[in-house]
Amino acid sequence: MDDRLRNELSRQGIFVTTFEDLYNWGRKNSLWPLGFGLACCAIEMIATSMARWDLARFGAEVFRPSPRQADLMIVAGTVTKKMAPQVVRLYNQMAEPKYVIAMGACAISGGPFKQGYNVLKGIDRFIPVDVHIPGCPPRPEALLHAFMTLQRKIDGQTLSGATRPRHLDPEAPAEFPVPDFGGRDLEPPRNPGIWRPPALPREG
Amino acid sequence: MESLEQIKARLESGVPGARVEIVPNGSPSAQASLLVDSEHASLVARFLRDDASLQFDYASNVTGVDWLDRVVQEKVRTKQLIDGQDREIETTAERRFPGFLEAVYHLYSMVLKHGPVILRLRTADRDAGAVLPSLTGVWRSAEFQEREVFDLYGIRFEGHPDLRRILMWDEFKDHPMRKDYQEPDDYEYEPTPHDEVLKRARQHYAT
Repeated sequence: MDDRLRNELSRQGIFVTTFEDLYNWGRKNSLWPLGFGLACCAIEMIATSMARWDLARFGAEVFRPSPRQADLMIVAGTVTKKMAPQVVRLYNQMAEPKYVIAMGACAISGGPFKQGYNVLKGIDRFIPVDVHIPGCPPRPEALLHAFMTLQRKIDGQTLSGATRPRHLDPEAPAEFPVPDFGGRDLEPPRNPGIWRPPALPREG
Repeated sequence: MESLEQIKARLESGVPGARVEIVPNGSPSAQASLLVDSEHASLVARFLRDDASLQFDYASNVTGVDWLDRVVQEKVRTKQLIDGQDREIETTAERRFPGFLEAVYHLYSMVLKHGPVILRLRTADRDAGAVLPSLTGVWRSAEFQEREVFDLYGIRFEGHPDLRRILMWDEFKDHPMRKDYQEPDDYEYEPTPHDEVLKRARQHYAT
């Protein structure tokens, strides 16, 4: 339906929309985050939810204590290799549709602890991440920006076709394998189904 | 607080047979420490805690040190008879020092408000002989930190009530704080490599 006809109808007191718009509007305005933090970024996440930055403006103020009731996982902090299986398991326990924001340098790449013996080099090696936020830690404004980015991303999704979200695609995986503790590293060290090392031009 | 020499003398008279040595510290802090043999370590620790004028009742910190095998090259001058003449010849001799692990305890007295005294215990070697007596029975605060030393350095503390890994997972095989620890080769994506990381990333791409 084109916008002129829609405007004309609304002037006559008739509200017309599509199921897709309604569905996306509902999803993007009630993103309930899972209330869990891993390190110092969690303090910024808590600050974002409080009155000064007021995450409630975006419909996301209800931090759920159970993964079954949450739509959004904010990976806020350093993911150690010991913690990674639990993070993946929590993600698996969340109901679709579900989204992930990787918050801060550690969650997106390992950050200042990247060469540590016990730090995962980015949570996107095990679970699909929708929005990455750089920063150490990112300010609450950055987290709000990530929220708005995620909302725009949800708004652009269609109910069918190639751009449909994962939970509407029967071919897409619903669960992601939880890594095991190995003798020297996690087994497997990454999920090749969702993360492959980007090719880097490198001299020598 | 008494000087380290006085404490050493007091220990030697209080714990018969204990071999106590003062390890000097060449750094600006000049904080020397006491090296105690592992057979008498718990007796020495108990004496340090209970002696009326010492009363070190608080072990604030337990940590480990890894000393690798060392090879020191020394120049030795020897006199030899060459062509009927006495000549001094300089030869280099290699001396090998086997590696060992060290547990270091920092002790304070809350009652007498003095400290720290630094206590060192050394293992026989870095493999099978990496065993030390646990001082958890003397200072309860040492329990978790001895577990950490066990986890990261691989010193087994005999008599520890609950010697399990504390930071790494139980299935982990290595000891990450040892100097010869090799981390897993996960250098597949290093966008801004430099120094050691650049070397490892190149190794990764070469294989």
